[in-house]
Amino acid sequence: MTESAKKKVGIEVSLAVAEAVKQCDADVISAYPITPQTHIVEHLSELVANGELDAEFIPVESEHSAMSVCAGSSAAGARTFTATASQGLALMAEIVYCVSALRLPIVMVVANRSLNSPLSIWNDHGDVMMVRDSGWVQIFVENGQEAYDHIFWCFRVGEDRKVMHPVMLNMDGFIVTHVVEPIEFWSQEMVKKFLPPFQPLHRLHPDKPVTMGAFGPPEIFTECKVAQEHALVSCMPVIEKAWDELYEVCGRKYSAVEKYRADDAKTLLVTMGCLGETARVAIDELREAGEEVGLVSLRLWRPFPFSQFKAAVKNAENLIVIDRAVVFGGVGGPVALELKAALYSEAKRPRITNFIAGLASRDVQPEDFKQMFARAKKKLADGRDDEFEIYGVRG
Amino acid sequence: MRRIEHYAPLLFDKEEYFTQGHRACQGCAEALAVRLSAKALGRNTIVAMATGCMEIVSSPLPTTAWKVPWIHVAFENAAAVASGVESGLKALMRKGKLPQKKINVVGCAGDGGTADIGLQALSGAMERGHNMVYICYDNEAYMNTGIQRSSSTPFGASTTTSPAGKVRLGQETWKKNMPEIIAAHGVPYVATACSSYTVDLVEKVKRAAATKGPAYVHILSVCPTGWRIPPNLAIKYGRLAVESGIFPLYEVKNGKYFLTFDFQELVPVKNYFKGQGRFRHLTEEAVARIQKKVSEDYEKLKAKCVNIKK
Repeated sequence: MTESAKKKVGIEVSLAVAEAVKQCDADVISAYPITPQTHIVEHLSELVANGELDAEFIPVESEHSAMSVCAGSSAAGARTFTATASQGLALMAEIVYCVSALRLPIVMVVANRSLNSPLSIWNDHGDVMMVRDSGWVQIFVENGQEAYDHIFWCFRVGEDRKVMHPVMLNMDGFIVTHVVEPIEFWSQEMVKKFLPPFQPLHRLHPDKPVTMGAFGPPEIFTECKVAQEHALVSCMPVIEKAWDELYEVCGRKYSAVEKYRADDAKTLLVTMGCLGETARVAIDELREAGEEVGLVSLRLWRPFPFSQFKAAVKNAENLIVIDRAVVFGGVGGPVALELKAALYSEAKRPRITNFIAGLASRDVQPEDFKQMFARAKKKLADGRDDEFEIYGVRG
Repeated sequence: MRRIEHYAPLLFDKEEYFTQGHRACQGCAEALAVRLSAKALGRNTIVAMATGCMEIVSSPLPTTAWKVPWIHVAFENAAAVASGVESGLKALMRKGKLPQKKINVVGCAGDGGTADIGLQALSGAMERGHNMVYICYDNEAYMNTGIQRSSSTPFGASTTTSPAGKVRLGQETWKKNMPEIIAAHGVPYVATACSSYTVDLVEKVKRAAATKGPAYVHILSVCPTGWRIPPNLAIKYGRLAVESGIFPLYEVKNGKYFLTFDFQELVPVKNYFKGQGRFRHLTEEAVARIQKKVSEDYEKLKAKCVNIKK
């Protein structure tokens, strides 16, 4: 790593992400500008217009077509990128499911935002939970540097011939996407070292005709789904290796399950996305007050890192899961449900309390984590820890 | 025309790219239209096809009827997928990641996938000016799912969602004019064709493929199952649709209209309706109403055509 590469630049995170896509030499970018968008695709169209990135920028008429164009270009063997959020993700959801089954390694940034109604453009995880089961590799980042670094990682993992899956990078809308952060950029040598050129296993080309997206009668559909599930789960070694090599290239160590002061903690807060950064502040303060508390922040959401997660929480007595989405009529937030299911068969399992907080960008401050910690304690004492709570409701 | 068996092979590519063994119904003129257009497009072609009859009959896993690269993603996005393929190839060839080669990128769908659910994606692809061909195989209803009406179903036709009843006529709206909608996008080439006119169909698809920019071909594809006619009469009914002026064949080249066949006298529409189960409930009054509209529309079209003496 050169010294110049280590220099940090203050830049809006969306723009840094677009710069990373440029550094990856994407061939096709397709996006719809509204419903809603970020500055990611605006900046990419600017880079294309100025000749800084040689790519086809396809400004489509809807998010549905954005993902459809991505399907076509990725099937033709082009490195393909798009970005979206909330309603746009909802509109493209049908094709989000198609492209993972077609094993097309598209990279998509989702600037996580609430779903209507009432209309909201602000941040929560309500949008992405809708495509939780879509078969994409899905990660969450906590800050701008992580977002920037992971664009390279997303292409690297998705395009690996052992993976061949679309990859979704989730970053909290506004709270991460629209803030100016100090970002350490990669040099092109670092990119070259980390990210090989995209060489698809199959592509649409007359030299070697293939049929993609065929009709699957009942005699074969189950086998197709088994193959898809097997392919997604078995890409874990590639995912881990890509993080190891990313560390070698840029010196930042990422993992499927991030821990903070967790090893000796009796109680672990569990977050996903940028809430983790605030939670760390609260944990430091609680530690000073003598509480044995730590943090587990989920980075990899799909395929779910069962073994890494179980290892991370094995010594904990209590988990406090803070979700950022509602499962209407369910028994908790989506992350809490996942973790409860993951731990159910364990002989020794922690008790899990669940809060849903930060909907539509409602601020969650260190003080709120302390409040949730105190309320969880009381719930445990009262034996009411199985009831989830939407935190911070007014009135 | 008597010695067609001698010169027809010279007009058509003998190679099949949409091959036998597919599962289309007996007498399916849509399968014929697909086969002919595949011949016209040739080997260097990539097809993006919407969900529908032709998609399910040609690709039941683990078999395929396609000898050219083919992709299906969903019902409403064939035009968007094709535009993605075109963009991908364009970028890869420009950047030297793929060798330069002329490849026909084709999006295709039935009338539902074109005129209804796929209209937005198609309009977007045509407007953006991709170098691609879009073919609509119009059999005038959602035949794959059980003969439900589409916006391309003709006035008076009985379908499973526009059934003729005691107080309803059947379809009570006029067929959406897709070729005109695409012509209004200002694309360089629009044509109508019918699989009963094989040489004309092949020539038009070839012209579409040779066009720089977006080209659109709308092919009337007779469906014996949905139209409730015997399978051996599909070609005859295709001819009657054209000869009666119900489905006129024409081209729009850079905004100029050309009538393909000028009939001095149109066959009465009642001759076309006769024997089609979907129209058998029509009263004389309804037939007269349709005849009036067909004659008027035909004259309007003729008035626009530059190759017709006024």
